[in-house]
Amino acid sequence: MTIKKEFENGILTIYPEGKIDTSTAPEAEIELKDDVAAARKLVIDLTDLEYLSSAGLRLLLRLNKTMAAKDGMIVKNVNDSIMEIIEITGFTSILQIEE
Amino acid sequence: MPKITLPAEIDNIETATDFINGILDEADCSMKAQVQLDIALDEMMSNVARYAYTSNVGDVTVSIEILDDPRRAVLTLTDEGIPYDPLQKEDPDITLSAEERKIGGLGIYIVKKSMDDMSYAFEDGKNIVTIIKNI
Repeated sequence: MTIKKEFENGILTIYPEGKIDTSTAPEAEIELKDDVAAARKLVIDLTDLEYLSSAGLRLLLRLNKTMAAKDGMIVKNVNDSIMEIIEITGFTSILQIEE
Repeated sequence: MPKITLPAEIDNIETATDFINGILDEADCSMKAQVQLDIALDEMMSNVARYAYTSNVGDVTVSIEILDDPRRAVLTLTDEGIPYDPLQKEDPDITLSAEERKIGGLGIYIVKKSMDDMSYAFEDGKNIVTIIKNI
């Protein structure tokens, strides 16, 4: 998994590629820590993400909690199989998802 | 039945995933079912890696078989760790808000909801989790 990042006017946009699962979620969290702390708002673009497992969902939940104290977090460009995981786990009511 | 036995460690999940994907590719499994099976394997094998063995690291055996009528993949994880039935795990309350949400139990819940069948047996000192997905 790799994560491209853009930082502009306090808005951090990240583009994770590949898979966020048990093996890759911890490194993703470390990779994002400093940038997320500095960001006012977080945009997660999932265009190039193949899938996320519960470890990925837990990461999204923690990021969402961190950003809730600031200007929030948006998840966008979610593919069908990822959307299904988000739906069956009830995360649709927690995450702000944009087309 | 094709199978692979590895030390039950997080770092070996990728090897096990490559193994099942090889079989699923040959079986012309749909991309969606394959992704769901990969996620299920990640959830189940990470549980074994974290909780099955308390002192030294034991093995986990992953086997996969393709059956017909209906065409389905039967994925089995076997370990010799402490007896643990994942089906007894209480489902998370998915109606709670982010603040109230507990972090545990989500993985097994995803497996239960995305697979067509899931069963558990404890035989000859081994935990055997079998999940079935129509492909």
